[in-house]
Amino acid sequence: MTTQSIFKGLLRPVLVSAVFFMLLTGLAYPAFTTVAAQLLFPYQASGSLIERDGLVIGSALIGQNFTKPEYFQGRPSMTLGADPQDPSKSVSQPYNAGSSGASNLGPTSQKLLDQVAARAKAYRQDNGLPADAPVPVDAVTASASGLDPHISVANARLQLARVARLRHIPEADLLQLLNDHTAARTLGLLGEPRVNVLQLNLALDAHQPSIAVSE
Amino acid sequence: MLSTLLEFALVLGLMTGLAVLMGKWLTRVFTGTGHALPERFTYRLLGINPLETMGWARYGSALLLSNAAMMLLGYIVLRLQALMPINPLGLAAQTPDLAFNTAASFITNTNWQAYSGETSLSNFSQMAVITFLMFVGATSGVVAAAGFIRGLSRSSSADIGNFWVDFTRTLYRVMLPLCVAMALVYVWQGMPQTFASQALATTLEGAQQQLIVGAVASFESIKHIGTNGGGFFSMNAAHPFENPTPLTNILHILSMLLIPSALTYTFGSMLLQRRQGWVFFGTFLVMFIGFLALVYGAEQTGNPLLTQAGANQTLSIEQSGGNMEGKELRFGIADSSLFIATTTAATTGSVNAMHDSLTPMGGFVPLAQMMLNCVFGGDGVGFINLIQYALLTVFLVGMMIGRSPEFLGKKIEAREMKLVMLSVLAHPISILGFTALAALWPDTMASLNNLGPHGFSEVLYAYTSGTANNGSAFAGLNANTPFFNTTIGLAMLIGRFFTMLPMLAVAGSLAMKKTVPAGAGTIPTATPLFMLLVVFVVLVVGGLTFLPALALGPLVEQLQLLSGQTYN
Repeated sequence: MTTQSIFKGLLRPVLVSAVFFMLLTGLAYPAFTTVAAQLLFPYQASGSLIERDGLVIGSALIGQNFTKPEYFQGRPSMTLGADPQDPSKSVSQPYNAGSSGASNLGPTSQKLLDQVAARAKAYRQDNGLPADAPVPVDAVTASASGLDPHISVANARLQLARVARLRHIPEADLLQLLNDHTAARTLGLLGEPRVNVLQLNLALDAHQPSIAVSE
Repeated sequence: MLSTLLEFALVLGLMTGLAVLMGKWLTRVFTGTGHALPERFTYRLLGINPLETMGWARYGSALLLSNAAMMLLGYIVLRLQALMPINPLGLAAQTPDLAFNTAASFITNTNWQAYSGETSLSNFSQMAVITFLMFVGATSGVVAAAGFIRGLSRSSSADIGNFWVDFTRTLYRVMLPLCVAMALVYVWQGMPQTFASQALATTLEGAQQQLIVGAVASFESIKHIGTNGGGFFSMNAAHPFENPTPLTNILHILSMLLIPSALTYTFGSMLLQRRQGWVFFGTFLVMFIGFLALVYGAEQTGNPLLTQAGANQTLSIEQSGGNMEGKELRFGIADSSLFIATTTAATTGSVNAMHDSLTPMGGFVPLAQMMLNCVFGGDGVGFINLIQYALLTVFLVGMMIGRSPEFLGKKIEAREMKLVMLSVLAHPISILGFTALAALWPDTMASLNNLGPHGFSEVLYAYTSGTANNGSAFAGLNANTPFFNTTIGLAMLIGRFFTMLPMLAVAGSLAMKKTVPAGAGTIPTATPLFMLLVVFVVLVVGGLTFLPALALGPLVEQLQLLSGQTYN
């Protein structure tokens, strides 16, 4: 076969295919899917947004930064945001959903180990644990997305006494609320048992709205 | 523990069943004679004759040139992003080296991302460049496998099919319908699919939260079915919008394995040698299970230094335990490990956990699988890579027992072995050569996020991922520099085309040969023994080449971890 016959007539299909398939797969396909998705599942397709009193307070799937002790607290988050003083610099801004991020620190990083030790110390203080008590690993390690909406059951139970005390709710009632907001493995096999922190805290506020307002 | 084992068994069982269904379907796509109406329309538009038959050189040229045109088109749009529509956040264009890297990355099915999706790409670019290139890159891989298998199945013929017909059919009959259906399942599970770019929220504590949204579900479905792997968001399939539930996680995993595993069945069907197809499927599976066990064991055991710092990593009914740094709670250790093993086996490169934060032996698994590059492998190319090792096995075994090597009834001669060796060697030369260059490059230290052996692993991982067309990263490395963008971009192109084109030439060469009946001296290749031989050759030839580099990275890091050595 000659070189000429190998390339003969290829120019047009090469050029046309690039443009045509871009229009088809790059525009028609996502446009069609979007229209279908908005018709079938409008809530999910728009980001599973939760409204309270007519105000969007977040997405059911995305974690939020909780710092007040009367709320259950999520996992450490390493997301960054622009420094308000100098927008060209990045500073720590936990649960910044505009820029997902992780520590990417390796297992022998001293920085990582220092962070974990500091978080463990703070966690024990906040929750009245002995100084040498081991802390659930998810409470002292940063998630992959920086937006992890969940904590482990172990982690939630250790925070229970604190929240119950600050909110003046009997621990048994709070345990019931916690159990109601604990998701099991899908089909008993997939994923891990977990607690969605935002939804649990929303339920807390609904349970006792006065606290949320007064704080 | 029991539920984990059951889950792994369930996934492998489903994968096997789907491989048969998809394998049968692909066989019909590759061998059918009819042309549907949209296909005939497309042929007229492209100005091609669907009845034309192509030799390997013309088939390969059409693939190479069309990929080049698509890559160029993607590059142009990225450079002109600021002028394009659907850019409400006003994002600027990518720099020339970054746009080259991005376009090369997505046309080669790598999906390495030196940029961050939320802050660097408009919704228009996410669709018209990224989604587009994900479709055509993956389809090109499947089409290469179609031509390759056809070449193996023919005798005394120069014809390995018609590239345009294979491409159009694979796109219309496999990729598009599957992706639309899967995208809608994904939306049902919670992935956004909207033309809006953001939603603003006021959190419970009164802070402002900017939620980035877009055409995420349509992006995710082709990303995994096409073994592409690039993320809509910076943190990829760890982001709750890209992977909201354990169910979507398993669907991602099954999607990634779908076409690579099915092609072994398609091969068996098209050659009328089902048993041979299953032997190749088994070869993939044996290696995969070994690597999965290794990564799961390492991550569940956790990091002893975290225990010293106060973390409780014990598995219990209330927590998954293990090394949770850089992992999402809904996936825990089991689903993260399964994803890690799958994404680097099927060279997808999406991540649901940060590989940079894996334990040393956990991080060894993705590196090793990408170095071998044939544990399932990417759409189409994984199968081609496996056949390359099968040819090598036949040759080595033939030499050892003094018989002339044959494969599928064809004599394997000097020309085929030269092409196979070109393909086998291009992979380590690109990985090790570029890593060596980067290790000497003065600015590399500034890009590292970790020091010590882990820092070396970050660089080694980058070129391994690029060359293997995987795209996952030890993401602490700041790879958005002109040096890394250019060299990793080149590694991706070398890794893609220096494997695909020589192996198409092998298929073309085998298609020309006469089939000789099996004699007493023929080594049977459809047996468990041959399967183990191939695994052995893959590990020895593919693995040993990289052992010195692995020793400098994860292996020494593991020893240092056990002795408590840390780095600032």
